[in-house]
Amino acid sequence: MQCSIMLLAALLIFISCKKENTVTPVNELEGLQLVTTISNDKHKISLYTASGKFQTGYNDVYVQIKNTDGSALTNATISWKPVMHMMSMSHSCPYSPVTKKDNAKSVYTGYIVFQMAGSDMEYWELTLDYTINGIAYTATDKIQVIAASKRVVESFKGSDGKRYVLAMVEPVTPRVAVNDMKVVLYRMESMMSFVTADNYTIKIDPRMPGMGNHSSPNNVNLTQGTDKMYYGKLSLTMTGYWKINLQLEDASQNILKGEPVTDTNETSSIYFELEF
Amino acid sequence: MFRYIMAGILCVLFSEIVFSQSDNNTINDSTNGKQLEEVVIISQRLPSDRVTKPLSSLDNFLEKANAVNMIRRGTYAWEPYINGMASERSVITIDGMRIYAACTDKMDPVTSYVEITNLARANVHNGPSGSAGGATIAGSLDLVRKKSSFGDKTFKGAAFSGFESNNRQKIAGAALSYSAPKIFADIDFTWRNAKNYKAGNDKEILYSGFTKFNMSAITGYKINEHEHLEASVIYDHAVDVGYPALPMDVSLAKAIIASVEYVRHHISPAIAQWKTKLYYNDITHVMDDSKRPVVPIRMDMPGWSKTAGFYSIVQGDFGKHNWKANLSGHHNSSIAEMTMHSNTPGESDMFMLTWPGVHTNYADLFAEDIYAFSKNWNATFSAGIGVHNNVVSNQFGLESMKIFYAGMDKSKTRLLKRAAASLHYDNKHWNFSAGIAYGERAPSVSEGYGFYLFNSFDRYDYIGNPEMKNEKSASINGTISYRGSDFSAKLSGTYFYISDYIIGKPDSSLSVMTIGAAGVKVYKQLKYAGIFNSSLDLNYRIANSWLWTGRLSYRRGIGDEVGNLPLIQPLTYSTSVLYSINQFSADISLDGSARKTKFNPEFGETAIPDYAIVNIAASYRFKLKQQSILLKTGVENVLDKYYTSFADWNRLPRMGRNIFVNLVWSF
Repeated sequence: MQCSIMLLAALLIFISCKKENTVTPVNELEGLQLVTTISNDKHKISLYTASGKFQTGYNDVYVQIKNTDGSALTNATISWKPVMHMMSMSHSCPYSPVTKKDNAKSVYTGYIVFQMAGSDMEYWELTLDYTINGIAYTATDKIQVIAASKRVVESFKGSDGKRYVLAMVEPVTPRVAVNDMKVVLYRMESMMSFVTADNYTIKIDPRMPGMGNHSSPNNVNLTQGTDKMYYGKLSLTMTGYWKINLQLEDASQNILKGEPVTDTNETSSIYFELEF
Repeated sequence: MFRYIMAGILCVLFSEIVFSQSDNNTINDSTNGKQLEEVVIISQRLPSDRVTKPLSSLDNFLEKANAVNMIRRGTYAWEPYINGMASERSVITIDGMRIYAACTDKMDPVTSYVEITNLARANVHNGPSGSAGGATIAGSLDLVRKKSSFGDKTFKGAAFSGFESNNRQKIAGAALSYSAPKIFADIDFTWRNAKNYKAGNDKEILYSGFTKFNMSAITGYKINEHEHLEASVIYDHAVDVGYPALPMDVSLAKAIIASVEYVRHHISPAIAQWKTKLYYNDITHVMDDSKRPVVPIRMDMPGWSKTAGFYSIVQGDFGKHNWKANLSGHHNSSIAEMTMHSNTPGESDMFMLTWPGVHTNYADLFAEDIYAFSKNWNATFSAGIGVHNNVVSNQFGLESMKIFYAGMDKSKTRLLKRAAASLHYDNKHWNFSAGIAYGERAPSVSEGYGFYLFNSFDRYDYIGNPEMKNEKSASINGTISYRGSDFSAKLSGTYFYISDYIIGKPDSSLSVMTIGAAGVKVYKQLKYAGIFNSSLDLNYRIANSWLWTGRLSYRRGIGDEVGNLPLIQPLTYSTSVLYSINQFSADISLDGSARKTKFNPEFGETAIPDYAIVNIAASYRFKLKQQSILLKTGVENVLDKYYTSFADWNRLPRMGRNIFVNLVWSF
């Protein structure tokens, strides 16, 4: 046993040494899958996510712009705007600026929080505005946004009369452990404008409805980090289906949305779901 | 219940009467200043006709020792409590081998993996004194295997069968042994099958049946006059074992226990024997609820435990000293899982590690010296030191534990010390002994690392605590005995003062995991707890063929903050009259308990009314040349009393009227 562990360790060291010594071209899109490509007459703009899909909730999106000859551009400045075209109106959703991916030459990244799925009648459209060498271009197309299998985004009106969007960023791969939890919180200023909502607290109460609605110990409510996202700790004591009941609290400790889980109230009106 | 067999000290005192066939070791023990040891004779070469029910379970045999209570969760696999303390506080070994149970809910104590046919006797030591097996608080229980010896070529065997009316238990088995000048071999197997039993008033206790198969083999080879080798194996396989006191049963409990041993005698005038053993055991325990029609949620809770170890013991005499030293070590790996199957179709199973893959590494050095400073007086000194290390080896398990203990280390090492001194006086009629002892122990796997272990008695989920200190005990013990030609008596008592006593305490901030649980308890340490044990044995030979015995025993346990400790025996008594003449014997006994008024509701306990039950039995041995047939029959709980005792988990009622027949054919 001991011997085989040492052998394994030696092998690992050997392998890792080997890796460092070999110069391989870095695949900037490793681990990503193509969702769709939006084109104009000059460029093909490919959009990637880890799952190869746009889903309701928080999506890390990767962008690569290619010339018609297939070469990737490395000096673009990009912005985007997703818009939902509903039967009676249109609205946008929370999204980040687009920046160059860390250590990448041609891949850009940002995130979009879709608060609803698209359908045949009501659809999302993504517009990309970008400049290359001082020349502005634009490309627009419909994109397909499907409903995530679990609830990972909440869009609601708080008791202060304002509309909020709350989306879970992490954990992506939950474990039986104390997980780092990360969410984004946006306030809707108009149908087309969402801003990060600062200085709130997001209270969490994870429960297993399939097992007497029990909770877990040592969770830490989410508070805002320097990057404006909200961070906390989520304890999951076993695998399975968990419902993370939420409450949104403002800086003066008023609960704007969500209810505590009690013997008589099994669930908050806002919650996320996890299953693993 | 009737004394199927008398507690060992009685055997010692009355060996010439009661156990004329018992081997010399047992008798010698009393003259070696080991009055603190209790010996339970289980079976000699053949199932004995001196016990009321030769084919009863090992649990029934052990229950007869004064120091031992057996906590009962089902028909068999009872948990031995030594001196009123749970099995974590004692060291239970089979021929000195350490075995760790694989069940998080104590459904498989070490004693459940052996059969009476495997064993010659059980040695029970009170307190840390005399525990060569490792660090302990309460005492140690060593199950000594039965084996032949080198000698003239002989071939012996026995076949046995039994039936019990109450739960239609069928028992069958056989044992063969072969001796020769340079080799010996023994093999035996036992099979038991029982249906549900009925408590008094014909009340059926559901989920109380079981099937168990046990096979054991042991062989010795003599290298030369002073050296020999031994190898042994036990295979135990139980299926569909019901635990009516618990919410789950066991579909499979399986153990392989194997060892090889090298023994050398007469190395020098001062060193009489050197014995070294290597051993390995592997236990698989599958707890499930597939036989229960209604459960809040279906679950499987398998557990595995593997132990490899060794010991090397040297014994000898030097002047007035009789000494021994033992170096031992073992490695155990215990892991247990829980998978709950959601009632919502399509939803993922809920999985957790209830024992997070815990390794225990233990090394121990122990020495004992008996100094006979005069004809009647001797003193015993012993000391031991152990290095105990736990490692949470499973990453999933470690991360689970860190939900509660964010800063916990994966590995924890402890030093466990023990020492004892005692003084003995022995003359023709009187025997006194008094001793003091100090011992320490590490928390058990469950106490240190258990993750939401449901206790169905107090209905709390229990969380282990890896940050606890060692539990420490200081104890005193004493015995006085008198033996006359027709009358003998023995009074003994022990008191344990235990500091940093480990026990579960409710934590209202935690949310229960198990559906229907009352709350969550986390293992904590009380400043102190005190446990007092006492017993009185009386024997009177009324006439040549008539023997009267009586026994009275009482324990009391109190803990700081919690008050009464749970599962402590109230005043219990038993008395019997045995008539024996030639090949015939018969006995009648009365077994009872006073009301249990010192109980603790915090641990699920309730008051228990007093009870008394009557048992009768008779036996006859038919002799036919070299062969003999022993027929034993009797009725237990003759009056079909419906009752429960302090030792019954969740107040599980005991068996009602039971007629048994045991038949043993020896050749």
